Amino acid sequence: MTSTTATPITETPTAAASTSANAIISVRDLTVAFGSRRVLDGLHLDVTRGEILGFVGASGAGKSVLMRTIIGLVPKVSGTIEVFGTDLDSGDKARRDVERRWGILFQHGALFSSLSVRQNIQFPVREYLKVSERLLDEITMAKLTMVGLKPEVADRYPSELSGGMIKRVALARALALDPEIVFLDEPTSGLDPIGAGDFDELVRTLQRTLGLTVFMVTHDLDSLHTACDRIAVLGNGKIIAQGTMADMLASQHPWLREYFHGKRARAVIG
Amino acid sequence: MSGPTLEKIAKGDGLALCAAGSWTARFAPALEKLVGEAEKLTGSRPNIFIDVSQVSKLDTFGAWLIERLRRALTNGGPEAQIAGLSANYATLVDEVRRVKPAVPLPPSGSALTAVLDGIGRNIYGIGETLVALVDMIGAVIAAWFRVWRHPSKFRLTSVVHHLQQVCWNAVPIVVLITFLIGCIVAQQGLFHFRRFGADVFVVDMLGVLVLRELGVLLVAIMVAGRSGSAYTAELGSMKMREEIDALRTMGFDAIEVLILPRMVALVLALPILAFLGAMAALYGGGLVAWLYGGVDPSSFLSRLREAISINHFIVGMVKAPVMAMVIGIVACVEGLAVQGSAESLGQHTTSSVVKGIFFVIVMDGVFAIFFASIGI
Repeated sequence: MTSTTATPITETPTAAASTSANAIISVRDLTVAFGSRRVLDGLHLDVTRGEILGFVGASGAGKSVLMRTIIGLVPKVSGTIEVFGTDLDSGDKARRDVERRWGILFQHGALFSSLSVRQNIQFPVREYLKVSERLLDEITMAKLTMVGLKPEVADRYPSELSGGMIKRVALARALALDPEIVFLDEPTSGLDPIGAGDFDELVRTLQRTLGLTVFMVTHDLDSLHTACDRIAVLGNGKIIAQGTMADMLASQHPWLREYFHGKRARAVIG
Repeated sequence: MSGPTLEKIAKGDGLALCAAGSWTARFAPALEKLVGEAEKLTGSRPNIFIDVSQVSKLDTFGAWLIERLRRALTNGGPEAQIAGLSANYATLVDEVRRVKPAVPLPPSGSALTAVLDGIGRNIYGIGETLVALVDMIGAVIAAWFRVWRHPSKFRLTSVVHHLQQVCWNAVPIVVLITFLIGCIVAQQGLFHFRRFGADVFVVDMLGVLVLRELGVLLVAIMVAGRSGSAYTAELGSMKMREEIDALRTMGFDAIEVLILPRMVALVLALPILAFLGAMAALYGGGLVAWLYGGVDPSSFLSRLREAISINHFIVGMVKAPVMAMVIGIVACVEGLAVQGSAESLGQHTTSSVVKGIFFVIVMDGVFAIFFASIGI
């Protein structure tokens, strides 16, 4: 059920009943705890199809935990997570179907170090689709071009790449199966401002051309400003605010004021 | 969701290839077949174009295959056109239009050259390994003298930590395995010696074998597998994450900080473990001799006293620290040779254990020749 159209499509009518019409990810009452420490506490979040959601919060507030809980790497205590209208607790089969339709960019790339760039990108395609070597190579080139890398990079190994290139290759791998959602965990961290700006632009372009929904955990005010349609703020285990950049700037919440009106923020937003 | 189709519709002297349905990754195998067949039409009509107005869904796979078809149909002639492209998909198709033809994998050469190439590299590698080993021995000795002159540089805490890892934590498994080996050697000895009525000589065999050879060799092999591999994996993953580079830039010497404490711990640990192992093997052998062979403990002990001398014990124990050094040097060289990938870490850990055991056995042979020639 791969759909990468730019037009919103509600594929499962049942989902519309419980969540708002266009929510592609819908998190309800999510609680996650490590031992007795509650990291997420009754969190609600909807991500709309086709948007770029920027997700911010103080370090250690649980941004990555939320992302990792949605993609199933961290077990939750209670609550429900629906992606494409499928409850992720409804069995392994349903879960695997959903997993084919999202792509994840880990903070440090998480490229397979013993595979070349080409093999990294082809890995998920090879596992899921029976296509010829020729098409695999062509698709690899298409993905590399899309993320702005030269074809010569294909036969290098991750240890021979720069930080920015690793992020780009990881994005190409996340996009390999043409997912509908991509999760980006601090995609611009560790990149120089020009590289980070290019990356934001890239995410924007891909979102436009492929009709992606992007869930982006970030600290980068530039990214929030230029790339994101909507921003959600995490604090005390809950979403304390969500809306556009303008809403964030207008908010009176003390943490938000500090975050969006601090010295660094003024330099970006002016 | 409907599968993809590609219909041929003749229009005058031209031909329209009408794509319909979902042209997405999910249907990639079918799409590839459709496009492959359509590519054969190149040049069959003067004017062939692709109509995509009926395509319900398009992603990179579909867009690329349409682009590939377009390129094939163009093939030197007038550029084939894509008709009926909706605004949604136009950007995607433009994007894949920039894709250059795939770079093929570099040719790998024939099987024979690959085999010869592999043999050559391995032989060359032996030389490199030996140089690396000598280099490491030199570096460790140099570090040892530096620490000797400035004892404050000696990392006692680190040594104690490693001593716990390689010695104390290894005691149960080493004692268990050597105990069992002692039992087995005694049982086999009794079984065969009994035929000659020479039951009691099993004590001689056990004593000499365990104290001179088996105790230390067996323990050294276990330590190579247990601690040598751990050293390699630790140093290797530190190398991968640039931790060793970080140390170097802070003005620390990796040999002094990481390798010397590990070597010292190993050199202290192996004699202790070898001693415990030898005792456990003798105990196991004695137990079997008593229960299975009817040699009671007091006659076992008196026989043992006659059969072995302190020389046997010294011969065994002298070997232990040397073997520890061999294992430690090999493990550290392999650890520092790890490159950026997980595969490389695995390879070097394996070769650390394999080379460690190999050199331990070689050293044992060298010692045997030496002791034989000086007559101990």
